[in-house]
Order: sequence, then structure tokens, then C-alpha cells
Amino acid sequence: MERTAVRGRLSWLAAEVVELVDENPTVRGIVLSCPGWSGHLPGQHVDVRLTAEDGYQAQRSYSIAAPENGEQVTITVELIGDGEVSPYLVGELGVGDVIELRGPIGGYFVWTAEMGGPLQLLAGGSGIVPLMAMIRSQVGATPAIPTRLLVSARSYDSMIYRDELAVLTEKMESLAVTYTLTRSQPPGWTGQDRRVDQAMLAEATWSSDERPLVYVCGPTGFVETVASILVGQGHEGARIKTERFGPSGTP
Amino acid sequence: MSDRHLDGNALGGLFNELFGREMTDQDACCGTCGAIGPLGRALAFLDAPGQVLRCVNCESVLLVAVATPTGVRITVQSLRWVELS
Repeated sequence: MERTAVRGRLSWLAAEVVELVDENPTVRGIVLSCPGWSGHLPGQHVDVRLTAEDGYQAQRSYSIAAPENGEQVTITVELIGDGEVSPYLVGELGVGDVIELRGPIGGYFVWTAEMGGPLQLLAGGSGIVPLMAMIRSQVGATPAIPTRLLVSARSYDSMIYRDELAVLTEKMESLAVTYTLTRSQPPGWTGQDRRVDQAMLAEATWSSDERPLVYVCGPTGFVETVASILVGQGHEGARIKTERFGPSGTP
Repeated sequence: MSDRHLDGNALGGLFNELFGREMTDQDACCGTCGAIGPLGRALAFLDAPGQVLRCVNCESVLLVAVATPTGVRITVQSLRWVELS
């Protein structure tokens, strides 16, 4: 936290696309090389600015999906059907293209290993992105922080990081992942199949007795439902951090 | 509560332009109800004309940012104070 607090005024930096990863049909990971990047903490986000040939600019915020790695910044972008920026980022952006970044931003919805655990992460849809940065930051780290992740997605095809999380749960004894698919489930699905509710949270998350640090990220409805159930189950409000996730822009 | 809002975290870039530093973890006070909490926890409405930050407790408008032809106009309303720590 200290490191973010002392950071001063941010400026826009040019960032070149070095790799594109299709996470699912409408979600794309974008790995950028950003000379001058000052580093970041899991949970922080960046502002992305696109400038058209006629000078028109559009700006959006995206969570950073991976821990600090030199000048490399990875974001994961979900296609918003009537969006102004995401169709370009998901559909047209190519390796070698340059976009502008401003960041890192955010000192509130941040987790670092020094803050300890156990860690309870709850994701609705693409709200998993900043939580994934927290999980990826723990790969190979000691001591391992016991971590539980509950992911709510609409369908199997809309899941993000599915294969990577399967590998990580095999590799990391400290990580447990529960999925719920709220709209449709593939044949043979063994996860949960309904919207998050009290019973699911009681079963799949750390109890308040364990005093977990809780991070909830997703659409507003998801975040408010989950946070109010957790408070009802005895979790301290001050240990629950929320981030509402949605299409955003700035003037 | 409507489903349209995000949190003040989404305006972190704008706060940085205004204050020249990270602000989402800094406390602010609502001049209407007196509630105090980090700016990152306030309610941000980004699909209003411009961007509107409201108090998480009483929903009073704390601050509005509107794009003008030459820049951004910030109108401070119920934001009584922010504390830099």
C-alpha cells in the first residue's frame, strides 16, 4: 500500500502489444510492453486511451490481470456488444499495435502477500480479472496463502482462465476453486448451477471464524448480493473489499 | 440501489489528474450526511451526462466531471473534504 501511496502524478505511456491470448470467444488477454512502467500491485487497474486518426479519443479502465513483471502489463478485455473501445481491443488490435496506458490506478482494491490471509476471492463474470492477478502473484511464492476462489459465470463458454486455473489448483495445494454456472451447464457438469446464495457461500467460502480477507469483484448486483450475505454471515465489513465491474469511460 | 453504478475506484485516473497522486484509498467526507470513507468506495455513475461520484451512504452528489470542448470541468458539490495521508 505504501508503494502506491507515494506514487505521484501519472502520465500517459505508449504501450506496444506483444501478445494476444483468446481466453474465450468474447474475452481477450492483451500483453503490452510499456517502457517507463513503474510496476503495480495485484488488484490495480489501468486507463486505456485510443486515439482515432481524426483525433477523437476514447478512454476506458481495465483491470491488470497479472502481477508486476518489469515493463510488461497484461489486461483482459471482455467484448461489450455496443461498446466503443472493447470491440477494437478484442477484435481488431494486433501484435505490434501501440495504445496508450495510464496507471497503475487504485490503492483500495489491492492485495499483496504481506497482507496475509486466508484469502477469499469471489468473482462474477469478468470480475475475475483483478482476482486472477492476486492468484498469479502467488505462483511459486512461500509461504503459501490459503486461497479460495468462487467464480460465477453464465455458461461454460463464458468462463475465463478455466484451463489455467485447473492447472494452478493441481499445482497449488493452497488454492481451491468453486464454479457456478448460472444460465447453462454442459453435460456432466459437477459444479454449482445457480446464482450465488447463502447456502453456496456457507459451503464454498471461508467462514467468518477464519477471518479471511475478502475481495469481491463483478457486476454491481453480484457484488452487493455477495457482500450483504457475507456481512450477514458474520464477516467484518472492513475485511470485505469490493469492486464493481462494468463498462466505464472517462471524459 | 440502481445497478448502473461502479465504485470510486473507476475514477482513480481522474482523481490522479486532479490531485497528482493515488486517491482511491484516501478518506473523504460527505458534506450532506457526514459519512467518511475512502474515495474508492463511493458510488461512481459513469453513464450519466459526464461522470458523477455519489456518497455511498446518502447518495448525495459529491463531485461531477464533464467533458468540455477543451478539457474536463470538475464541479465539486457535497464533497466536504479529502484527507491526504
